[in-house]
Amino acid sequence: MKLKYFAWVRERVGLAEEDVDAPAGVATVAELVDWLRGRGPDYERAFAAGPAIRAAIDKRHAKPDASIAGAGEIAFFPPMTGG
Amino acid sequence: MTVRLQSEPFDSGAEVARLSEGRAGVGAVVTFTGLCRDRADNGAPLEALILEHYPEMAQAELERIEAEARARWPLVDALLVHRYGRIRPGEPIVLVATLSAHRATAFAAAEFLMDYLKTSAPFWKQEETAAGTGWVAAKDADDAAAERWSRG
Repeated sequence: MKLKYFAWVRERVGLAEEDVDAPAGVATVAELVDWLRGRGPDYERAFAAGPAIRAAIDKRHAKPDASIAGAGEIAFFPPMTGG
Repeated sequence: MTVRLQSEPFDSGAEVARLSEGRAGVGAVVTFTGLCRDRADNGAPLEALILEHYPEMAQAELERIEAEARARWPLVDALLVHRYGRIRPGEPIVLVATLSAHRATAFAAAEFLMDYLKTSAPFWKQEETAAGTGWVAAKDADDAAAERWSRG
């Protein structure tokens, strides 16, 4: 699946997007975040804010317990500050 | 019903004139234009805001918010324009316009659209000041404003 990062999540990860294959057993947004945090200090720092980081699956907001099965694109970003 | 994302400034008056022209059944037009202030949230003079966005989702999310407004209120038309990129103090950032037969509907729908847009449209502001650039923190008051519209 494709992962996209925005705003300070993007800055901390150091990438705007990447393709990953999450291991079996990573079934939800929260589990994906836990797996990402284990990939290195940049990810750990990016996701240290935990629940403050929002996610979207295929361009729709998704809660931490949302299933990522079949997802094509998952985005992570801080709370939104548009308008 | 239109949702438009653009980097260039827009003219609210011209947008609204175009939208409301020849609409015999429209008795009310409510517009909200959000402008870039000349101060950062910490009070420092602001040089510019830089708006980052998630283009495909921003378009889809604003269309969903607009569809939700139409489901709740009998709107004749609505327009959402949101800019991205570098925005200077005094320039417009966002425009919401609602057209309906009566004012109560147009006022409520415009307020709903803005409240939802603030908390769910994927845009992020960065403030550019003499001290450098920094991300704007989300405000609890915006969450509370959106929350009051939630259904049971």
